[in-house]
Amino acid sequence: MHWSAQHTDNAARFLSDLDRSGYDFFTGVPCSLLGALLERLSGDGRYYPAVREDAAIGMASGAYLAGRRPVVLMQNSGLGYSLNVLTSLNLIYKIPVLCLITYRGQGPDAPEHWVMGRSCEALLRDIGIRASVPAPDGLAQALQEATRSMKETGEPYALLIQRGIFGA
Amino acid sequence: MNARQALEALLPLLDDEPAVFATGYIARTAQAVRRRPQDFHMIGSMGMVSSLATGVALGRPGRKVIAVDGDGAVLMNLGALPTAGALRVSDLVHVCLDNESYESTGAQASYSAAVALESVAAASGYRSAVRVTDADSLRREFGRALTSEGPSFLLVKVSLDDGPAAPRIEAAPERITADFKAALR
Repeated sequence: MHWSAQHTDNAARFLSDLDRSGYDFFTGVPCSLLGALLERLSGDGRYYPAVREDAAIGMASGAYLAGRRPVVLMQNSGLGYSLNVLTSLNLIYKIPVLCLITYRGQGPDAPEHWVMGRSCEALLRDIGIRASVPAPDGLAQALQEATRSMKETGEPYALLIQRGIFGA
Repeated sequence: MNARQALEALLPLLDDEPAVFATGYIARTAQAVRRRPQDFHMIGSMGMVSSLATGVALGRPGRKVIAVDGDGAVLMNLGALPTAGALRVSDLVHVCLDNESYESTGAQASYSAAVALESVAAASGYRSAVRVTDADSLRREFGRALTSEGPSFLLVKVSLDDGPAAPRIEAAPERITADFKAALR
């Protein structure tokens, strides 16, 4: 699959933002909406694929304990799998991981994304995980806010990534 | 050998290596045997010990990281085995205390009586995967794993413990995180 020049540019810019903010450990489960970002990370050899989203959060949490600043990439369909690890590990042990979660089911999408599409923001809010839905030109600022929030709370933060930013 | 006896054989062999203990009786019994700042006792998130230890090992290469897992937890997060195997996580020492049951919840049977989990680990790419059934072999094989390139998988067949359950994890989860993180620095 190929990503547009726009997707690739956005990915390069956002990865520089992540680098500047000190994020240095990347794991996750792929989504086409993160295509350009994943391609770049894998190409650099600094992405550890996980088999399921909760395991990705588990690995990222271990990396945090080892002194790293982890990022988990996933589709919002994986949020369901992740609820147990988020609620009974990250939130109570105060292990912050930055979650880049694609916002499938926002607007027209395949049926399997409808329910999570309309529920994912509320689910995150209900379990007490801060989240934002940045516009393409608001990514850097959203990342700053996420970083500030994680430092203050010691808890994960979710950036919900809309279609068209890093892939379609 | 029951789980407590296995932990009593295993834990004294650790120096300052970080160790992560599976939720339930494994973490509770380990805490009763010995507690160090390098010990991460899990409450909740069953199955995540292997992923967590893999992350510690990848995040800070050069020091062995021990995951003390249970058969139910390994079965719950079976995908962690090919992950550690394919990524060749050379610092991971993955111990599975296998009592063929969910002992913490009333000893309901698990599938590990029918499935040899060390064979799953071997097929998943672990550099070594062995089964032990007595304390002497456990000490020998664990000592070997600590000084060999991993990932290593050590399946320890244990009997159910008929004594009273060990006390719940005493430290607050946040304190466990802070101590463990500081000890790894």
